[in-house]
Amino acid sequence: MPEPRDEHLTAALRDGDERAFATLVDLHTPAMLRVAMAYVPSRAVAEEVVQETWIAVMRGIDDFEGRSSLKTWIFRILANVAMRGGSRERRSVPFAALAAAEDTGEPTVDPDRFLPPDHELFPGHWAIAPARWPTPEEGLLAGETRGVIAAAIEALPKAQRTVLSLRDVEGWSSEEVCEALEISAGNQRILLHRARTRVREAIEEYLGATEDVTGELVPDTAQQDPT
Amino acid sequence: MTDDRAHPETDLACIEEVELITDYLEGVLPAADVRRLEAHVEMCPGCTEYLAQMRSIAGGLGALREESIPPELRRALLASFRERRP
Repeated sequence: MPEPRDEHLTAALRDGDERAFATLVDLHTPAMLRVAMAYVPSRAVAEEVVQETWIAVMRGIDDFEGRSSLKTWIFRILANVAMRGGSRERRSVPFAALAAAEDTGEPTVDPDRFLPPDHELFPGHWAIAPARWPTPEEGLLAGETRGVIAAAIEALPKAQRTVLSLRDVEGWSSEEVCEALEISAGNQRILLHRARTRVREAIEEYLGATEDVTGELVPDTAQQDPT
Repeated sequence: MTDDRAHPETDLACIEEVELITDYLEGVLPAADVRRLEAHVEMCPGCTEYLAQMRSIAGGLGALREESIPPELRRALLASFRERRP
């Protein structure tokens, strides 16, 4: 669905146009719930945060100056509402702190998949290489892998799950994600990288798509023997 | 096309390549590293697959998008909008 233009929506909201409000709610609420889940411990509290956010949007729409996109503005409000602490089980951890905690700096792919650094011929090259996925024409999400991918995303640490959901599921740009979550471009990429790597690994595990290539990595006398 | 395989200093190990992929796909990898990565991938079947797989994930999960909103939440939101209508 193409996103309606901000000026039209903003004007319509100010005029009290319920259809415009419903369009905006339908467009952004699923992603807002996902983002809210990064800050709060339960789906119920996340729904509460989203509801309060929309109320704040209605209240604040007259002050919206259009310096950022309407979407970014809404998600900034969401972050503020989620962080406000509030009376309940809210947690006031900024997203950036969550992000920092998830950046362990460890390799994203198991080092055992590679030949050791002191390998005589091919240090650091694949030992257990990725094999081709039998991807159907319709893509990865057509078959059973759909459930595998969804489960892998749910299992990600919160900050990684949020960034991957916004980028790869919702189709946001990196700039939009950085602005909405108030993280640096570098942090965004680290989270995205770790998240995508894990999802890839989950698909690979499910498909059993690996290949032990150590047998092929021998001195060239034994290679390409034409029979 | 020149063959750089004789110059190991221009080569990249697979274990390094996998950590550069997101920067590569995001278009923020320095040009020299892009050349090393592409030269490596070209001659490495494992990394060719790896790159293709990461590419298929990148921006490719839109079909998982949840379109539905809990109906009660939607009703409540529209009701509070109506109340506030100027």
